[in-house]
Amino acid sequence: MKFLSFAFAAGLAASALATPAVAVDITGAGATFPFPVYAKWAEAYKKETGNGLNYQSIGSGGGIKQIQAKTVDFGATDAPLKGADLDKHGLLQFPTVMGGVVPVVNISGVGAGQLKLTGEVLADIFQGKIAKWSDARIAKLNEGVKLPDAPITPVYRSDASGTTNVFTTYLAQVSKSWEADLGAGTAVSWPVGQGGKGNEGVAATVKQVPNAIGYVEYAYAKQNDIPFALLQNRAGKFPVPGDKSFQAAAANADWTAAPGFGISLTEQAGDEAWPITAPTFILVHKTAEKPEQTAEVLKFFDWAYKSGDKLASDLDYVPLPDNVVKLVQAAWAKEIKDKSGQPVFKQ
Amino acid sequence: MVALSERMSLSTMQTIRRAPKTTFDPLFRWASVASALLVLLVLAGILGSMVYGGWPAFREFGFGFITSSVWSVGKGEFGAWVAIAGTLTSALIALVIGVPISIGIAIFLTQLCPPWLKRPVSTTVELLAAVPSIIYGMWGLFVFAPLFARYVQVPVSSLVEGMPILGTILYARVPSGVGLLTAGIILAIMIIPFIASITRDILDQIPTILRESAYGIGCTTWEVVRHVLLPQAGVSIIGAVMLGLGRALGETMAVTFVIGNANRLSLSLFDPSSTIASRIANEFNEASDLHFNALLALGCILFLVTFAVLVLARLLIARVRNR
Amino acid sequence: MNDISRNALPTQPLTWARVRPGRRIADRTLKVVCALFTALGAFVLGWILLMLLYEGGSALSLDVFTHVTPGPGTEGGGIANAIVGSFILTLLGIVVATPVGVLAGTYLAEYGKGSKLAEVIRFVNDILLAAPSILIGLFVYTLMVPPLGGYSGWAGGVALAIIAVPVIVRTTEDMLRLVPGSLREAGAALGAPMSTVIVHISWRAARAGMVTGILLATARIAGETAPLLFTALNNNFWFRPDLMGGVSNLPVMIYQFALAPYENWRSLAWAGALVITLSILALSVVARLLLKKDHAR
Repeated sequence: MKFLSFAFAAGLAASALATPAVAVDITGAGATFPFPVYAKWAEAYKKETGNGLNYQSIGSGGGIKQIQAKTVDFGATDAPLKGADLDKHGLLQFPTVMGGVVPVVNISGVGAGQLKLTGEVLADIFQGKIAKWSDARIAKLNEGVKLPDAPITPVYRSDASGTTNVFTTYLAQVSKSWEADLGAGTAVSWPVGQGGKGNEGVAATVKQVPNAIGYVEYAYAKQNDIPFALLQNRAGKFPVPGDKSFQAAAANADWTAAPGFGISLTEQAGDEAWPITAPTFILVHKTAEKPEQTAEVLKFFDWAYKSGDKLASDLDYVPLPDNVVKLVQAAWAKEIKDKSGQPVFKQ
Repeated sequence: MVALSERMSLSTMQTIRRAPKTTFDPLFRWASVASALLVLLVLAGILGSMVYGGWPAFREFGFGFITSSVWSVGKGEFGAWVAIAGTLTSALIALVIGVPISIGIAIFLTQLCPPWLKRPVSTTVELLAAVPSIIYGMWGLFVFAPLFARYVQVPVSSLVEGMPILGTILYARVPSGVGLLTAGIILAIMIIPFIASITRDILDQIPTILRESAYGIGCTTWEVVRHVLLPQAGVSIIGAVMLGLGRALGETMAVTFVIGNANRLSLSLFDPSSTIASRIANEFNEASDLHFNALLALGCILFLVTFAVLVLARLLIARVRNR
Repeated sequence: MNDISRNALPTQPLTWARVRPGRRIADRTLKVVCALFTALGAFVLGWILLMLLYEGGSALSLDVFTHVTPGPGTEGGGIANAIVGSFILTLLGIVVATPVGVLAGTYLAEYGKGSKLAEVIRFVNDILLAAPSILIGLFVYTLMVPPLGGYSGWAGGVALAIIAVPVIVRTTEDMLRLVPGSLREAGAALGAPMSTVIVHISWRAARAGMVTGILLATARIAGETAPLLFTALNNNFWFRPDLMGGVSNLPVMIYQFALAPYENWRSLAWAGALVITLSILALSVVARLLLKKDHAR
């Protein structure tokens, strides 16, 4: 008897030690594209408020599925849902940051920003039409760069990915054969190469396999010192990826052009614009079944809009411009209600 | 004696023999039966949920689900053939490599091993079985695959380039070390401990007199193994092999690390592919609607195939036991 | 008779020289090949353990056991939440599986001897024992994740329990079978009801073997990844006391971190791999030792 009560008390003490006193924890899942910045925000937010965010980066497809199944408090995706899908599932979609997708390579002797490619060449590499790094079309763009006579290993996303959606949207725009054969989407039938899970998996695989090429969100290339390649944009220039070129691409965005702010920023005009820039989105239910959880989700992103800008730009993500933040918050106040009709977000 | 029975009337005897607790005993028995039935229920539940969840996919694609090799999430078209072929091929490779090695180890343990070496070797085999499969995956991806790429894939590819059949099967378009053959090799290493320990038990069960008589007339070890032990154990060893096959078919984590996760059909053993288990592990958390059903349908197929293999294994092993 | 037996004994020892070369070569080849194969097995095990010790050992520090998993690229951190989470999930699985497994095994060995139902259940149990664990994860997902509103430690525990039950049923039945019938008859003769006979006599006699079975089941489920992928998933911080919202655990953490490009995550994955492998190997060794001690008794 004594032992039991001791064990019970010890168990209580342990669980008390393990969790902070009055913390609200929210769960989110989805896109790996913004995972680096969401993770940094979550750490800072926890330090400041004691509330935790458990974000599982399982890919945009996973984010969409989990929020539809109501197994998480919010879903994250870079592939924006169309108006019809948003209405069908009763979801509200809003953007958080913008980032850029960059091609990354693992070629010995080639450093960051040394390899130049055009959209068409990139599309042909991933279609298997260009098989070796010594191919004439690559050499033409890269005079003076020593490229090995080795087969190229393309690395793509094995899971349903918003990053793939952005990347293939771009490729479909710049290559007719890509648009005809493969199209754009969160998962396409890659004809050649190897699959990695998440942005993390692609980055890790490219880092490990010699002569590989993959596509990742820029923060992954920067954080892990993986050399990226330069791409020719619509103006014919080769901008260096980074928050400046992502911002240049986002400068002329018309955020009301699509329902749920779901616009695309690839192949934007401008000398400095990075051709594969994209916003990333959050999905929440318009009718909050657990209002305290949803309120906490909105509080977290409100905090991120106000105090998270520096953390985001440190990782070369582009924070949303203020006028867009206002539009988003107006949408929160108007659309997200609990079961009795009361709005959940208090400005 | 007579005095005793006179002194103790029937009722006192009954009270001295404390009445058994009539509530606990039936309750205990009921709990045991219920637990046993629960086991049945769980299996039925697994099968039921797979069939129920997979049914929309079967209904949508019909028999073509099994033969089609298109797996397109965007278009909503799913075919299981690539996953099925990958599962069967990797399991077959695992058997081809693993079975001879397992039998060799079992023969070593039972016939050739000096007594002081028996315990360490047995422990080694058991430890190999206890290593979690994710560790095999890590070893396969980070240690084995780069070596395999450099020392096997590249030389073999350049050797067979252009040859009629071998040039397709053994040619690595992108030699990165992962692929169907690598997965088969890792699976082989994983099933070796199982088949080896079961075979060892089977060989140990063969009556010693059979062995001794063979040695007695002058047979060499090889002849004893070939003409006495293996024929005696034959059917049971096949049962053990089938158990190993069952394991290889369902293995998830080790395969997911080293198979390269490609959803297209390829004729080369060096190319990345996928198995049913790796496909489910990779795609389940993000699947909705028909994709979800297609994955459950894959699970259903895997379950039925594994079920058939395990039933066969049990029948084969049981037959020898009853002899 | 005597003459024949005397003449049958070889008068000179059998030397290899008297054996036909073909047979000699075959025999020698067998011995060499078998020894080689065994050496290969030992070599692979040694390689894996060395790899773990080298990569995992270099990542070990006190921080690893006391800090929570860090964000990507953040320095420091540990895997304390994954270790505790794994411990809790495994405990949950065993706590659920042991009563069910022991009682079911008891039924098979005691009440159901020879009955058709027992045969069917034994058969089904063997199927479950070898069933792919990912299918069990799928089953528990459909049963427990959307209905409960999210990933949870409960779903993870149940999935692990389903994997552990067949192991416990099998070993319990085998151990109870070994108990001599005379012991049971003695108990029955003293007037004990069947449940008392089982609990106080059979179980007590088979105690060591049954505990071994439970330990083996624990070792088995501690390393399982696939069933947790869809049930408990993972958690980047400490999990909630009600275990909802995902529980951090070593196998899924290793899976996520090992395939990531961040150096600190990868070294933590190795540390986790070392911790989990050593724990499981230790459990297996202890279980086997317990069994041998019992047999020696």
